[in-house]
Amino acid sequence: MSDAVVDSPAPAEQMYGCDVTYSRGEKVIHVSRANYIATLKKAIDDSFTMCTDLTAVDFLTYASTNRQLPSSVVGERFEMVLNLISLERRERLRLRIQIPEGEASLPTAFDLYPGTEAMEREVFDMFGIEFDGHPDPSRILMPEDWEGHPLRKDFSVGRIPVQFKGAPS
Amino acid sequence: MTSNLIAATPAATGEGPQEMRSRSELTAKEVLREVGSVLRMSEKAAAELTSSPVENDEEQTMIINMGPQHPSTHGVLRLMLELQGEKVLRCKPIIGYLHTGMEKQGEELTYMQGGTNVTRMDYASPLNNELVFSLAVEKLLGIDGDIPERATWMRMLLSELNRMSSHLLFMATNGMDMGAVSMMIYGWREREEVLRFFQKVTGLRMNHNFIRPGGLAADLPAGWRDDVLAILEGLPSRLAEYDVLMTNQPIWRERLQGVGVITAEEAVALGTSGPILRSTGVAWDLRRDLPYLKYDEVDFDVIVGSYGDAFDRYAIRLNEIRESMKIVYQILDKMPSGDYRIQDKKVTPPPRARIDESMEALIHHFKIFTEGFKVPEGEVYVGIESPRGEIGCYIVSDGSSKPYRLHMRAPSFVNIQALPHMMRDGLIADAVAVISSVDPVLGEVDR
Amino acid sequence: MALVRDVLDDGLGGLEHNFLTGRVEDLVKWSRSRSSWAATFGLACCAIEMMGTGAAHYDLARFGMEVFRASPRQADIMIVAGRVSQKMAPVMRQVYDQMMEPKWVISMGVCASTGGMFNNYAIVQGVDQIVPVDVYAPGCPPTPETLIHAIETLHQLIEDGEIMRRRAATGAGANVHITEIAAGATVTPIVLGAR
Repeated sequence: MSDAVVDSPAPAEQMYGCDVTYSRGEKVIHVSRANYIATLKKAIDDSFTMCTDLTAVDFLTYASTNRQLPSSVVGERFEMVLNLISLERRERLRLRIQIPEGEASLPTAFDLYPGTEAMEREVFDMFGIEFDGHPDPSRILMPEDWEGHPLRKDFSVGRIPVQFKGAPS
Repeated sequence: MTSNLIAATPAATGEGPQEMRSRSELTAKEVLREVGSVLRMSEKAAAELTSSPVENDEEQTMIINMGPQHPSTHGVLRLMLELQGEKVLRCKPIIGYLHTGMEKQGEELTYMQGGTNVTRMDYASPLNNELVFSLAVEKLLGIDGDIPERATWMRMLLSELNRMSSHLLFMATNGMDMGAVSMMIYGWREREEVLRFFQKVTGLRMNHNFIRPGGLAADLPAGWRDDVLAILEGLPSRLAEYDVLMTNQPIWRERLQGVGVITAEEAVALGTSGPILRSTGVAWDLRRDLPYLKYDEVDFDVIVGSYGDAFDRYAIRLNEIRESMKIVYQILDKMPSGDYRIQDKKVTPPPRARIDESMEALIHHFKIFTEGFKVPEGEVYVGIESPRGEIGCYIVSDGSSKPYRLHMRAPSFVNIQALPHMMRDGLIADAVAVISSVDPVLGEVDR
Repeated sequence: MALVRDVLDDGLGGLEHNFLTGRVEDLVKWSRSRSSWAATFGLACCAIEMMGTGAAHYDLARFGMEVFRASPRQADIMIVAGRVSQKMAPVMRQVYDQMMEPKWVISMGVCASTGGMFNNYAIVQGVDQIVPVDVYAPGCPPTPETLIHAIETLHQLIEDGEIMRRRAATGAGANVHITEIAAGATVTPIVLGAR
């Protein structure tokens, strides 16, 4: 079962000038940071008017070497993931953008999809990726003066050891 | 004077400052971004918006806090409102007061335990959270085509009953926020019936952890049909009571009609979904448009409003209860017999009786519950229709037994972005109506 | 009527049973326990069960707690229902400080009591790190019956008066000490909840 399930990238297909892969039957396009806004504009013109989700992943401690990337894309530490929906065609589309650790920033999608305002703030809060041009780049979930970005892999979960009655402490 | 008010609350409580400048301080360009990016208004219109209403007198507008501890904000939601008299000029929602670190916690729990974590996000409809998480894990495992029929239909039954109980909760809290305090008691009376059924089936009234990757935790108990029929037969007369108490009543209509209006373009641009999007006239329901489970085999209508106001959202949810009842009747007819979970040794623990007999079964059970089952690497996003909108689960797996990244796309998190647009130029009393009509659940907003 | 005649004839000596003697303290404790009002501090899932406990099926009004007062000045009991995050902790302390003495706290659910299943950076591991708790109610969420049991335990504690004695020994909860300020002296104000 394991071989049939792991996807292999299909390098030939392109959409909006970006490579396409399929992940468990879902279409994923890999966008570079430079083409990010241009690709979003093309997607909007192509009826993908709703941005459902915008999140990020930190691949610092990823156990496998296969990140389901096409051969033309180099995997970086952070990856931004957008999920778009076309209401007319009833389709979903996923975008994956590689973001290097040293320059963890991306232009904001707020002007194209206003619904990404809170989602981009959450990504900044949790990962530290900055969005250029965001109207309110402040922390949204953690207190304003919190240090660190909790969902990064080098931020520990903060578990307090539990003391049980009678156990040697 | 206004600056004192802003400084007083945040610094004293130490959660940190959140800024909101009054509208007279904004330039036309900033207003264009705030309002115009949704409405695609011209720069000239944005300039008019900044220059006209406020007589450029700072004392006339007041910035106050509503929440986080407030009886009408549906949880720990804080709103900074800029008021001119009773009129709300601008609003800024501030969230994070219930941030639980569930996505980080999810990386520490196995896939079998993940349901307990995820179910506490949208605690008004917990089974839907578990459902979307299980669907995502099954897609990653590659077993999403092999789930037994009975398990799928049972999931649909529980999901629809959960939709009904969540909408009844909405009816209750909406009524209470508008002042019809008896509605709180009526809504809870109905909800108790559904929760009693859930307790019989899953063992818990809330936060069940019943829908797990591979199927469900247990089969439906004997006599479940009678219990469901009792619920379904008792409801229509009660819903008719709500129509008398609220829908046709002039005070109710005055309070909700024309309040919190949002247009279809705004709703789509802001990413809202569920009753908010449907109230604007966009007929988007994931059960029909991107069907999951067996929703393409049941017959139901998608309720759509036309004015995009709070009354439409109330009426949509009331009628969605009726549609869910229709679906449950069809499920009662179509429920097949069979397994309640997939019999794949990798995912499913053995039946409890076998543990006494067989050593293998014991080891197998032990491994699944301590180590967890390994899920092949990859990433997947699954979205379903929860009572509040599209709830999605994005999982990245690296081949181990715990998710590498678990992200839940919470509908209320995105819907709350619509609050400023709905409240603009309304009265402060309408602010309560608007929040109530959006029906946010702060557990999933903050995760 | 015979009672009135007895009093008119002999004054207080005509009363056959001494029904008026009793300690004021007992009366006060009795009435406090039977009309305690809860402050709305519903945070998460436990709030839904708390609302359910106040609803018709598991009626709280029969215990005198039918209203949940939003203003902490008018509330006696703070039922902390739900998980308390780092951002919410100062707010909770401020609400607790605004409540008038005598006040009690019920920690409802495991997240409020110990942090529950969320042993991580974001959740305060037990509200007793912030406010003094009188009764802990376990459960995730506690069923309405459990919450009613907790409330009744608290009512019994109020009526027995143990709370007043204990609290006097440990600084009365809010640690409010009144000192005389000399006329004309400059006083630096204490900001509640400041780090």
